[in-house]
Amino acid sequence: MNLVTFSGPPSSGKTAVILKTIEAIQQRGLKVGVVKFDCLYTDDDELYRKAGVPVKKGLSGSLCPDHYFVSNIEEVVQWGKERDLDLLITESAGLCNRCSPYIKDIKAICVIDNLSGINTPKKIGPMLKTADIVVITKGDIVSQAEREVFASRVSTVNPDAMVMNVNGLTGQGAFEFSTLLYDEEDHIETVTGKKLRFSMPSAMCSYCLGETRIGKEHQLGNVRKIELGDE
Amino acid sequence: MISKDKLKNLSINEIIEKYPYTEGFFEDQKLAVDDKDKSLKEIFSELTIEEMEDVVFDLDQFAGSLTSHIRNMQEFLGENDSIVGTLSIVAGKDKDGEWENYEKLDIKSGEIISIVGPTGSGKSRLLADIEWTAQGDTPTERQILINDEVPDKKWRFTGGKKLVAQLSQNMNFVMDLSVMEFLNLHAESRLIDNQEDVVERIFKEANQLAGEQFGRETQITSLSGGQSRALMIADTAILSSSPIILIDEIENAGINREKALELLVGEEKIVLMATHDPILALMGDKRIIINNGGIKDIIETTGEEKELMKELKVLDKVMTDLRDDLRYGNNLSRISDELAEIKTA
Repeated sequence: MNLVTFSGPPSSGKTAVILKTIEAIQQRGLKVGVVKFDCLYTDDDELYRKAGVPVKKGLSGSLCPDHYFVSNIEEVVQWGKERDLDLLITESAGLCNRCSPYIKDIKAICVIDNLSGINTPKKIGPMLKTADIVVITKGDIVSQAEREVFASRVSTVNPDAMVMNVNGLTGQGAFEFSTLLYDEEDHIETVTGKKLRFSMPSAMCSYCLGETRIGKEHQLGNVRKIELGDE
Repeated sequence: MISKDKLKNLSINEIIEKYPYTEGFFEDQKLAVDDKDKSLKEIFSELTIEEMEDVVFDLDQFAGSLTSHIRNMQEFLGENDSIVGTLSIVAGKDKDGEWENYEKLDIKSGEIISIVGPTGSGKSRLLADIEWTAQGDTPTERQILINDEVPDKKWRFTGGKKLVAQLSQNMNFVMDLSVMEFLNLHAESRLIDNQEDVVERIFKEANQLAGEQFGRETQITSLSGGQSRALMIADTAILSSSPIILIDEIENAGINREKALELLVGEEKIVLMATHDPILALMGDKRIIINNGGIKDIIETTGEEKELMKELKVLDKVMTDLRDDLRYGNNLSRISDELAEIKTA
């Protein structure tokens, strides 16, 4: 089984891109399954089910979605193996731009969209910087110049990534992208023992443990202060 | 190509001096630099934990990323290897697996090719084949050649340089910038030498294409449909790095379409134009007929069609004049009795 992890800011078009890509992969006779990670709510699993794709969803609730992802990924891999999948895709929303769900030696895809603003590539941390392939969406509604500038900014932040344009609505580019996802030589039995590409967002402070009161005396542990000097 | 280890021992100033475009790289990577005369090695050894967090990479990864950036940029600047003289489309199969009705179509730079066919007939697939420089590895099994050779794989994967630029009806500007700020931003990303002249030229050309003039300080998001398209076309013609341009219809209103095509072709671009408008379609040197996923025919614009074009332009002018009259509050009057006769005949 191949394992591919998708990540990207909310509403960037991850699900649309994955659905269009799966169409192309299924045509090659391969069995694809998806596990969707989200925070409070998602009904994207319905979309996958409609497309005939085995799917599971996991909601992280009050936990950091990244931590939730990494604590469950091994079980998810075993779920995929039991279903005899050729390709297992995990999809997780990068809710804070500090997300970093990628695993070493496991293909990592970051999906971002042209509408998110020209400085977005700079604002996203490890999720964009350490991805193998960056998929840019919503190219059909912005000007050619803006697409070019956006792609070049992405390349500056992650010069090693392949940068591709995929249209989640029409599917333009999805076939081409799909050829990069599956490799016959790849066989993932387990991810236990593998390592994350970069540490996940972290904090161990009183608020992580349920503190609700505001004020210095209630701030314990890993606390960072904003710089408000005279300028 | 400079090695990773060599880069680690150079100061930021030395690196920028040698590779001026890396200045933006250091900024975008959010590397905290207090003294640009320090070497990368020194800077990394002095980073705090928070600053390490921001930059994500360690020294070795950062130096690796920097070498990739330099390689990308050198490739991007090496314009010579990307001149597309001829684009060839070698026949593949339609949706039923039947071979297409031609062998090889050669399109030369400066040529305009119209693409016609009903919705869902395979126009997008044809374009995608070109963009992907297909080598029999797409559903149509078509093959794309550039200058009669199998193209370099770089066309598929690099972020900066794409083979095909696209202009379509529903494209908008989304940045909050003035016309000049926008053009300068695009020019900067292209790393051109004579930025000021080029930007000025685009501004002037765009205004010549637009029916209504706009100023340098106008916000691009507040341009009218015609003005936006005029600016997009002038910008794509002059500043886009892509040698092939795909146009998905150009609406008639607010822009001089003939001049727009002249501008694109004048910049030695190959223009592919999906359209159902007879005036636009006949502006092409040839037209590709697509149906059921395959190219059914390739028709050269005939002499009679060129004559028809003159008549169509008269009709077009009539409509444009009526629109203008309407806009400026004039009463509209009948054109001629003859026209009424033609219509009812």
